[in-house]
Amino acid sequence: MIVGTVTGHLHSTIAHPFYRAKPLLLVEREDASGVPTGDYLIAVDTVGAGVGEPVLVMEEGTGARQVLASKNGPVRSVIVGIVDLVSSS
Amino acid sequence: MLLGRVVGAVVPAVVYDGLEGVPMLLVQPLDRSGQPDGRTLVAADATRMAGPGELVCYEGGREAAMALDPSFVPVDHAIIGIVDDVVREPR
Repeated sequence: MIVGTVTGHLHSTIAHPFYRAKPLLLVEREDASGVPTGDYLIAVDTVGAGVGEPVLVMEEGTGARQVLASKNGPVRSVIVGIVDLVSSS
Repeated sequence: MLLGRVVGAVVPAVVYDGLEGVPMLLVQPLDRSGQPDGRTLVAADATRMAGPGELVCYEGGREAAMALDPSFVPVDHAIIGIVDDVVREPR
């Protein structure tokens, strides 16, 4: 899993049926000290995360399908948590 | 998934079983601010509706093939959706 910050969301009317009514958020990746790495990803939100919030993103297809209760949905990235604190030493 | 811009189409003469009629589009990956980033790639269009100039989101790897029907096909990137609008709220 990775930590990132939600920086936006996107609208897609014409999409694979699996994505119908699933909130898609733009998440920017961060390193251990919270500095954006420059990479981003689009993930399905399952926890009600909002813009500006640090989140936990799982990037694994089988786990993502399990979370979203789908046998064959073309999904890999899912937001599975909202982060309170990251402490790195 | 990542964002990309459709910049062209590829018309294969012969394809592997299961890929007949699947549109193959040239996609320019975009960075977090929507600027071109990296080399173009060829993606199967799972929406079958994307066209040149359009903003799309695509997935790579095994999930790309899973977006297609039949899904047991040799594909490594697929367009999952046509993006109407990206709302960015810079921090």
